[in-house]
Amino acid sequence: MVIDMINDDFKTLGNTETSNKVVMSVKNCNVFYGDNQALNDINIEVGRSEVLALIGPSGCGKSTFLRCLNRLNDTIDSCRVSGKIHLEEEDIYSGEIDVVMLRARVGMVFQKPNPFPKSIYDNVAYGPKIHGITTSKEELDELVEVSLEKAGLLDEVKDRLHTPGTALSGGQQQRLCIARAIAIKPDVILMDEPCSALDPIATEKIEDLINELKENYAIVMVTHSMSQAARVSQRAAYFHLGNLIEVNDTEKIFNDPEHELTKNYISGRTG
Amino acid sequence: MSNTSITEIVNKNLQTRYKKEARFRRYGQLSIFIAVTFLFIFFTSIISKGYSAFYQAEIFLKIELQQEFIDPDNTNDLEEIRYGDFDGIINESLYSLFPEITKRSDKRELRDLMSSGASIKIQQLVLEDLSLIGKTINIWLPLDDEVDMLIKGNIDVNLPEQSRRISDLQISSIETLQTQGLIKNKFNKTLFVSGDSRESEQAGILGALVGSALMLTITFLIAFPLGVSAAIYLEEFAPKNRFIDFIEVNINNLAAVPSIIYGLLGLAVFINYAGMPRSAPLVGGLVLALMTFPVIIIAARASLQSVPPSIRDAALGVGASKMQSIFDHILPLALPGILTGSIIGMARALGESAPLIMIGMVAFVVDIPTSPLDSSAALPVQVYLWADSPERGFAEKTSAAIMVLLMFLLLMNSLAIWLRNKYEIKW
Repeated sequence: MVIDMINDDFKTLGNTETSNKVVMSVKNCNVFYGDNQALNDINIEVGRSEVLALIGPSGCGKSTFLRCLNRLNDTIDSCRVSGKIHLEEEDIYSGEIDVVMLRARVGMVFQKPNPFPKSIYDNVAYGPKIHGITTSKEELDELVEVSLEKAGLLDEVKDRLHTPGTALSGGQQQRLCIARAIAIKPDVILMDEPCSALDPIATEKIEDLINELKENYAIVMVTHSMSQAARVSQRAAYFHLGNLIEVNDTEKIFNDPEHELTKNYISGRTG
Repeated sequence: MSNTSITEIVNKNLQTRYKKEARFRRYGQLSIFIAVTFLFIFFTSIISKGYSAFYQAEIFLKIELQQEFIDPDNTNDLEEIRYGDFDGIINESLYSLFPEITKRSDKRELRDLMSSGASIKIQQLVLEDLSLIGKTINIWLPLDDEVDMLIKGNIDVNLPEQSRRISDLQISSIETLQTQGLIKNKFNKTLFVSGDSRESEQAGILGALVGSALMLTITFLIAFPLGVSAAIYLEEFAPKNRFIDFIEVNINNLAAVPSIIYGLLGLAVFINYAGMPRSAPLVGGLVLALMTFPVIIIAARASLQSVPPSIRDAALGVGASKMQSIFDHILPLALPGILTGSIIGMARALGESAPLIMIGMVAFVVDIPTSPLDSSAALPVQVYLWADSPERGFAEKTSAAIMVLLMFLLLMNSLAIWLRNKYEIKW
């Protein structure tokens, strides 16, 4: 019944193009796990200074799509990706850009806070160190402080930079992970349900942070919370069973969805 | 169905459920009790049999270091002095304690009370300090192992004289000496500072201990880096295909191959083909490395697998290369597990005797090895050799050697626990 609403030559409704400067563009992206097709012909653009929310029921391919954008799917042996994904001018799957370079430019924050079991300082300094971004200890110290500051964590941890990052609370750990991601000055930050393991107060802090960060970065965020998508995103994309059903301005999606499936999901009838 | 009947059904089941639980708990307690009992029996038996090996009967003698016995031609030449009649000096001193014994055969019985180690001790003293010649010294000297056994109560004096290895005259002389306070049990230093010997009172464990230590060092140096590299490759880099599956199955099989077969392999490859020396810790170490290698691979793979995938994601997410994510994050987290597994594998190797027998480490070696190429004994083989010896004195030595082996194992296991706690990263 629901599936009937999508036929083979289904075209994504709404507007897949961004009005801002395009940072990433995805064309005809298909993803397969072995013989199973997980994503079906995805087309979408990601723009600078905006938050793109990916919404949809569990198992619809949001996270798979997110992991295509920094090629983290490469670690899964059975996973194949076809189509074109460009980071600015470069095709990220064609070998034009090295995968390590790609991940330096497309940072990621995960669902469960996953700081390294090292000190707060080392967590943030690790990325800059391996890429050789800074040349001196002072420069690195400063970068760590600035990153923690931007992640809104500096005030809480500045006296204990050399204590384990894993000893922080869940919300602090997640902000530490954000600081770690922005320390290498990426163009895009991917967030995979960054607040799903956090309490409401920590969630609010992260949302405020996302609002600030979007000025300088393109942010793609998977979320299961409709209200969160409505609060922080400028554009929203609705996925259903591996298809990108509809992309539009968040306001438009929530108030006047074009597709029946989107309408059902938004109003709580599916998912 | 109404609510009351459900309550009744649950109530009825509840009894049997709790009974099952209690029964299961008792099974667990019983098995632990049995295990502890056997461990207790094992330790009491070994310690009660072996503790007496740590002391040894010695006699206090006044020795005149007479020139005519040691260096009759007054050459002052160390080589001459080395062949001096030190036995004669000791015998003179012994006879002087029993002026009533004059018969030659009786005198011989008296002489037999002394360990052959006694004259060596005097010889060494004189060689170190030639000025002692002509002087008189008071010194504790080791007695023969039969005397030692008698004093430790291991010989039944009520048996007819022909059925024991110690005569009535010897027994009475010992009793006399004991009443004079000239015989005492002293700490048996020999056990810890010398190699094997045909005489149980002169046999020591040091040769075997050094041999085992050399072997384990070689085993660790070879098996640990190889095993960990193999595990990292298989876990992180190897493609998932039939060939790799085949290798994995074979590694698991290798870990279960009986150790004596590794001994045969070592004999064929290292000794017969490569021409390495027999009885050498080098070959033993190589054989034990072959044996420990698959165990380390399995332990290392298990601990690599247990590193949470979120850490891999995090490292790759900030742009670490595969190599960097492994060496900066995954390996440090897996290290405690790898070390524990490896040390337990090494402890198994330490207790292994069958493969060492195959490569000739069962030989009688008196010298303490100074390099991995010297002939050497090993602790478990030493236990086997001593257990096989007919002299009574070796029975307690066997238990003592087992205790030393167990101490070595205990040390290794404590090291494993210490390393695990030191490097374990709390989450």
